[in-house]
Amino acid sequence: MKHTIKELEDIASQIRRDIVRMVHGCQSGHPGASLGCTDFFTALYFEILNHKTDFTMQGAGEDLFFLSNGHISPVWYSTLAHAGYFDKSELATFRKLNSRLQGHPTTHEHLPGIRIASGSLGQGLSVAIGAALAKKLNGDKSYIFALLGDGELQEGQNWEAAMFAPFNKVDHLIATVDYNGQQIDGPTSKVLSLDSLQAKFEAFGWHVINTDGNDMQAIVEGLHYAKTLTGKGKPILNLMSTQMGAGVDYMMGTHKWHGTAPNDEQLAAALAQLPETLGDY
Amino acid sequence: MKKYTYTEKKDTRSGFGAGLHEAGKKNENVVALCADLVGSLKMDAFIKDFPERFTQVGIAEANMIGIAAGMTIGGKIPFTGTFANFSTGRVYDQIRQSVAYSNKNVKICASHAGLTLGEDGATHQILEDIGLMKMLPGMVVINPCDYNQTKAATVAIAEYEGPVYLRFGRPVIPVFTDPDQKFEIGKAWMVNEGTDVTIIATGHMVWKAIEAGEKLAELGIDAEIINIHTIKPLDDEAILKSVKKTGCVVTCEEHNKFGGLGESVSRLLVTELPTPQEFVAVNDSFGESGTPDQLMSKYGLDAVNIVEAVQKVIARKKS
Repeated sequence: MKHTIKELEDIASQIRRDIVRMVHGCQSGHPGASLGCTDFFTALYFEILNHKTDFTMQGAGEDLFFLSNGHISPVWYSTLAHAGYFDKSELATFRKLNSRLQGHPTTHEHLPGIRIASGSLGQGLSVAIGAALAKKLNGDKSYIFALLGDGELQEGQNWEAAMFAPFNKVDHLIATVDYNGQQIDGPTSKVLSLDSLQAKFEAFGWHVINTDGNDMQAIVEGLHYAKTLTGKGKPILNLMSTQMGAGVDYMMGTHKWHGTAPNDEQLAAALAQLPETLGDY
Repeated sequence: MKKYTYTEKKDTRSGFGAGLHEAGKKNENVVALCADLVGSLKMDAFIKDFPERFTQVGIAEANMIGIAAGMTIGGKIPFTGTFANFSTGRVYDQIRQSVAYSNKNVKICASHAGLTLGEDGATHQILEDIGLMKMLPGMVVINPCDYNQTKAATVAIAEYEGPVYLRFGRPVIPVFTDPDQKFEIGKAWMVNEGTDVTIIATGHMVWKAIEAGEKLAELGIDAEIINIHTIKPLDDEAILKSVKKTGCVVTCEEHNKFGGLGESVSRLLVTELPTPQEFVAVNDSFGESGTPDQLMSKYGLDAVNIVEAVQKVIARKKS
């Protein structure tokens, strides 16, 4: 372990503070799933990934991460800043004119840590597979990680990619699904049921594991375990249960905070629940 | 009129296949992907010599574009291959976000463009692809005119860093350009110098323009013929220089008159040098089943249509 679980939880608390402050600062953005995935991002960047903050697009010899559900950019930006990719003061520019921190992640503004634009849903798994194929051709045995939203699995391209990866033995790929059961118009079970994602991915030939995405110990162990499953001919799918809005009581368990910013009063109520551990930007 | 002859007819897609093979030999980072149309795209030679650098994605074009974008991150130069319709309209958002906006070094290689796909009919005959692709910021759009030019273009785009759309076709047509040509992206080719009218043609329409030039010469009209193989970036200088001399222009393309080469030329001329222009292009219509020759005739894309357009535009110039 590079960090204790307590240290990781402290980092996550600061990232959650950043998320609500960033979204409040521009009165737009997507706090719900950003908060839900904060523990995953913290575990990934501070414990799991072999990566360099001296960013290169190719990332030769490094593990690569791709975010498909780009609307949860606040959690990624805060994580990258705290990991050392850029100064955390830049978080104040989120979604504002002339910022590198666009509403959805992009390479266009050359923000260190971002390797592809995402936001239009359903494209990230294909890109991650492509990056994995290139690593294989280059003889680079590093891992490729991807995060997908559960709602975006309604996009057909995911299933083209899901069919391709096991058939082509893309087995250094660990894709995580943020399984929060919510999307803009309501619960996924009501909008368009995903039914059993485990059965679906297993039928396509993936090795599926289940983790609790809001338990730091569980997510760290789950991702370490996922790595031990690689190199055996199958891509790995981490079905990660999360609570949308995790860490802020009034945002939890509802789709209402998918894309809504808190007002001043709501911000204060959120920050009161999230200890400032590393200093606000 | 400069005399152009040919000894054989070949399809431009075979020029692509030969160029891809050559690019693969030159640079080990060149990789190819195909969505179940290996034979149609003439990728066999590449696959035979570089099997590990070829990815068959099946009938899943969206996934193909995403995978190609991802492969560039590892330093690869992916060439995707499928029909023009499935290379563009079907996957427009994937190209827009994962390739163009992300500025990835993907070469989108599109065969069976336009009416000359023939008997399969309008579902497969895209006539809107140049417009779709040229609207994407940073996208280079190339539509070569014969086997040799397509081969040279394929080799050239491997050496260019950035997203490219390369459009070619199915039918065999005369091979009349230099087999050893150096292809320069964005640089027009002067097919014939003349004084009375500028004919600007791309793709399969270049040979038709040469045929039209010969007929026009018999009628005493001295046509300048320019091949614009690169629709974006457009060779503004070559077009303006020619039009300054001739004072009128006819554009020729196997594409909808909306959004194609003709409109790119219009945009240039209306801002720099307003000039009478006629369009030889498909008149905002879908295609249909038929032989390539029948379709080019029915939809007004023959040499005779170019001759008529020239006569019309010269009359407008004089009035």
